[in-house]
Amino acid sequence: MHTGTGAWSDRARSLELVSLTKRFGGFSALQDASLRVKAGSFHALLGENGAGKSTLVKCVIGYQAPSSGDVLIDDRQVAFESTRAAHAAGLGMVYQRFTLVENMTVAENLVLVRDPVPAVVDWKSELRELERFMDSMPFRVPLTAPVHTLAAGEKQKLEILKQLYLRRRLLFLDEPTSVLTAAEADQVLGLLHGLTRQGELTVLIITHKFREVTAFADHVSILRRGAIVGDAPAASLSVAEMSRLMVGDETLRTPAPRMPLAPQAPRLQIADVHAADDTGVPALRGLSLEVRPGEIFGIAGVSGNGQRELVEVIAGQRKRQSGTIRIAGEAFFATRSQLRRLAVRLIPEVPLDNACVPDMCVADNLALRSFDEPPIRQGLFLSRRSIAERAKPLIARFSVKVPSAGAPIRDLSGGNIQRAVLARELSEGCQVLIAVNPCFGLDFAACAEIRAQLVDARNRGTAVLLISEDLDELLELSDRLSVICDGKLVYETDPQHAEIGVIGQYMAGHAHEAAE
Amino acid sequence: MSDAAQGIGLWGVPLAMLGGMIRASTPYLFVSLGETLTEKSGRVNLGLEGTLLMGAVSAYGAAYYTGSPWLGVAAAAGCGLAFGALHALLCARPRVNHIAVGIALMLFGTGLSFYLGKPLIQPQAPQLPALPLGDFSEQPAVRDALRVNPLFILGVVLAPLLAWVLKSTRVGLVLRLVGENVDAARALGYPENRIRLYATMLGGLLSGIGGSFLSLVYPGVWSEGLSSGQGLIAVALVIFARWQPMSCFYASLLYGAAGSMGGALQSAGVSVSHHLLAGAPAALTLLIMLFTCSPDRAAQGQPRELSVGS
Repeated sequence: MHTGTGAWSDRARSLELVSLTKRFGGFSALQDASLRVKAGSFHALLGENGAGKSTLVKCVIGYQAPSSGDVLIDDRQVAFESTRAAHAAGLGMVYQRFTLVENMTVAENLVLVRDPVPAVVDWKSELRELERFMDSMPFRVPLTAPVHTLAAGEKQKLEILKQLYLRRRLLFLDEPTSVLTAAEADQVLGLLHGLTRQGELTVLIITHKFREVTAFADHVSILRRGAIVGDAPAASLSVAEMSRLMVGDETLRTPAPRMPLAPQAPRLQIADVHAADDTGVPALRGLSLEVRPGEIFGIAGVSGNGQRELVEVIAGQRKRQSGTIRIAGEAFFATRSQLRRLAVRLIPEVPLDNACVPDMCVADNLALRSFDEPPIRQGLFLSRRSIAERAKPLIARFSVKVPSAGAPIRDLSGGNIQRAVLARELSEGCQVLIAVNPCFGLDFAACAEIRAQLVDARNRGTAVLLISEDLDELLELSDRLSVICDGKLVYETDPQHAEIGVIGQYMAGHAHEAAE
Repeated sequence: MSDAAQGIGLWGVPLAMLGGMIRASTPYLFVSLGETLTEKSGRVNLGLEGTLLMGAVSAYGAAYYTGSPWLGVAAAAGCGLAFGALHALLCARPRVNHIAVGIALMLFGTGLSFYLGKPLIQPQAPQLPALPLGDFSEQPAVRDALRVNPLFILGVVLAPLLAWVLKSTRVGLVLRLVGENVDAARALGYPENRIRLYATMLGGLLSGIGGSFLSLVYPGVWSEGLSSGQGLIAVALVIFARWQPMSCFYASLLYGAAGSMGGALQSAGVSVSHHLLAGAPAALTLLIMLFTCSPDRAAQGQPRELSVGS
């Protein structure tokens, strides 16, 4: 081992962590984590939310200083004071959320990350050079396109191109495929995998998807509660073993068995709905669907194909240009009195932003649907006591962990916010339930709990519309499964007998290929 | 019928409008270019109405006491710079709302300029000389219309220059980065508050110069009704121009034309209520907002960090 500041090689870097520990007060986010990532390998890091994956990466790339332990890059001991210093050593990071500038072109985004940015940019010669760079890459993105016109898959490719443009040699990827279709994910990861084979790049990828681990990773390390609990070549671990190591001996709630469907008239009917997105471009183009009581109707699709607009149209947050929505046969306009009478409930995505008042306490948030009627409303006044009394059993039944009684809901963890919203939406005889990515970003235990709640609601006779980007979730929960693409439902199948490949092709908009 | 329109009849109307348009568009041009810079960095400075008046009074005062109108312009620029800095420094404090700061500075600037301007209402300060671009013509109307003020020329040069800076220089790209995505800017190590400070100071400087035009060129006096909301209209104009400097230029001309319609018609002998026509720019603003804004669509080209909330 040698230390010092000599020049770095232009090849893939190796990484070694020796007893890395990070303490926040009395809590250890990372405990004695030791890890070896060989140069040119594709290394997967698995773990539940809060297991310490991000902390580990942050300690390496200079975002946080470790409390103790060593970081070695190419057998050289390093301690980066800033991400900038880590970048100079050839380390790069790709985040789950894009760090692109949406209103700028691809070329501008690439030039901006250079350090330093040229004082005057000669766009003609710059574009020529960028073209040459794109030609040398295994995939390309149109240079003059504004980023907001790119699909999610292209954006993620651009994030990776950015890293390669900066000649990064060790890439940390934090759930890079969560916004991509299976096909897009395979393409992006396949290209990165190819670069590792050429010895140009080392990849450490944080992921939840076992499929990606078995398909691409050479080696897997598993974190649980800040400690490395598994470390082995990927080929030697089965999916069952990996998930057992991740979760430990926690028991997960299994969904209740499904009651068979009795044929009934549809409760939610959407016919030929058209609507535009925020920029005025058509987002829903004649979408129709029907959901019967006691069934879960799943909609799969790549985000940005009209899912958000569909939910907003049903919820009355967006104007529909044409088409009808009927609930129990009645034309539906999402007025408060209709929502109440027809018992329509909604679990939107990012519930803290879309279904809560973040600064109000949990009890107040639980009362948002019912505060304007007795017993909470008493004449002109609200009864604080009945708000509190109503909240208590809900908090217990849905096991919401609240730090203190009056704490604002924004202080809760994501899983607990989601549970609180579920408690509010499911508590009073819900007839129609619309759920969007209900498990996004939650750990195993919370996911299992929430999925079980959805099946419970179905068994009680609720018509459930489930819109999700997680195909496994849809296959597990749906009674019928449909694919949304470009504002229309393009394919419907029985999840018991569905072929993932076919669904993926419809999701990617290759309908005719899938039909052949 | 006035002298200007004699000999060329109704042609006097478009000619006088051209002259009037150039005259009346100059303050809009400077304030909107300044505000574009500021908003591109992710902040709104609503205080520019106050800055405009402060620029006007400081320019008038400096020109009057030194005898040099160009020193007046410099004083207005300095004053605008200081007001911009004040806005940016206040906004950089935690939990300070830039809209509220803007409104406060608008009121402060207006009040301070009235106070400082009390002794300047009577005396006549030296004016900026106009460039006689129309001397080739025998027609007094043409000569009159083409006596272009130097500040307008400066603005004409500034608009494409700013467009180029925003597109092709490090300064411009980083400024836009801060206005579009603060997280990305921080990740790349750019200090957003300092960049916004510079952008707001420059925006203030340009607005100050716009103010000096009011008191040193047209109408060329100091009075309390001098700006009549032009600083605020220019802020709306930036939205209409989709945050593009060249579009600011064209939009300013349009507003200038609307603002000078009354004078032009009068010079051709058509009499319409003066007060009605003075409201034309405000009516135009309302009309434009009505047709270009929509509750269903986000404004295209709007810097993403630009919000009313923070």
